[in-house]
Amino acid sequence: MSAIAADRVWKYFGDYPALRGATLEVPAGACVALLGRNGAGKTTLLRILANLSKPSKGEVTVFGESARDEKIRARIGYLGHGIGVYDDLSAFENLILFGQLMNVPDTKAAANAALERVGLTRVRDGFAREFSRGMRQRLAVARAFLHNPEILLLDEPFTSLDDRAIAVLHELLRDALAKGATIVMSTHQIREAMELATQVALLERGKIVHTGPRTPEMLADPGWLYRMYEEKPQ
Amino acid sequence: MKQGLLAALFIARKDLRTEFRTKEALNASVSFALVVLMLFSFAFDLGREEFYDISGGLLWLVYVFAGALIVNRSFIREVPNDCLDVLIASPMPPWALFLGKTIASFVLLLIVELISLPVYGLFNNLQWVHAFWPLFGVMTLATWGITITGVAFSAVTVNVRLRELMLPVLHYPLLIPLLVGAMQVSTALIKGEASDIMQELRIVIAFDLIFTSLALYLIEFILVG
Repeated sequence: MSAIAADRVWKYFGDYPALRGATLEVPAGACVALLGRNGAGKTTLLRILANLSKPSKGEVTVFGESARDEKIRARIGYLGHGIGVYDDLSAFENLILFGQLMNVPDTKAAANAALERVGLTRVRDGFAREFSRGMRQRLAVARAFLHNPEILLLDEPFTSLDDRAIAVLHELLRDALAKGATIVMSTHQIREAMELATQVALLERGKIVHTGPRTPEMLADPGWLYRMYEEKPQ
Repeated sequence: MKQGLLAALFIARKDLRTEFRTKEALNASVSFALVVLMLFSFAFDLGREEFYDISGGLLWLVYVFAGALIVNRSFIREVPNDCLDVLIASPMPPWALFLGKTIASFVLLLIVELISLPVYGLFNNLQWVHAFWPLFGVMTLATWGITITGVAFSAVTVNVRLRELMLPVLHYPLLIPLLVGAMQVSTALIKGEASDIMQELRIVIAFDLIFTSLALYLIEFILVG
């Protein structure tokens, strides 16, 4: 059974189809780099997978169930464009809140462990608004990984991260993959994504035009897939 | 269900905690209510008897405008850093998110009302203490109606550019039956003529029940589509 299956998904914004029958199957334990140019529909597809938006047509299932199911949502971690933490709460209070909402059993222990993993223990009680950009990003990463999700949906996770935050995120993603988690990440930082990806999907004007394993050529030359697709007769 | 109610309390506690730290909506709402109630004492040159006749009406006009400043902030609070996305993606049911936000706004508006009621009495030489508990009961019922509908419209307009303008335009016409009921009951209570208020009270209670059920049912469509 696929961990995630999107079957001929369409999404209209007014008359404009942002997704045009996108079909994607992600096996459990895979790490999919979702590539595509600006406006290709990557964020729209990820938002539908995360139950933040409803497809106009088509169906999305996660572990064979509807993505709208509350039990399924508890198994998903989402990191979007925004960091998704409250500026007027401390780092610890933020993680406690999201831990409670995610039904994490021992929220205090989980929050402390998450802060330690991203190197924010020292500023545990500092307000998120007082943090540097990199620290805020690390807090967002801690929030997304707090409940040890089986599926991680990451929208441009490496954008505007400093070197330390990129290293932290890489480590967390490797750990999650080793534990059998399934990851779908959209990104323009192809080099970083390719290091982790086991599969690659290319989205072009709302359609998945390529899916397959990540090959050594892609790792050596991150632009390889784009060029291959562009050189193919349409 | 139990998990949803618990999540609603977590959301309410978070909203109240952040509001008490920043006091953005609370300060604006309390200041507005106090200034307008004070202005009423200068604006109307009425006899004592006549002022008692309109006392409930003036009170609820101020409360509903002060309430707009609070309910308007309800979902806007989630816009910075895209926190709303994280809440919707969580396993918490949408009605729990909505209920939590309504509880927080309800508590804040009730605080504003409880601060401004004595000031209103003082500036206008109005005796209201004898009717405090019944008045508090009406305030609780009508404030719930104002907040449940206001927070629902706050969710509807959260992504609209002119949301500060849109919210009152959508919200106030809907509140007319609730406000008429609350105004009449409050006036009767302040005047000490509370023998025949059941009809108006029923309107207020029916409004609360209808719009609470409707909002809790519709909120998933509003938030996710």
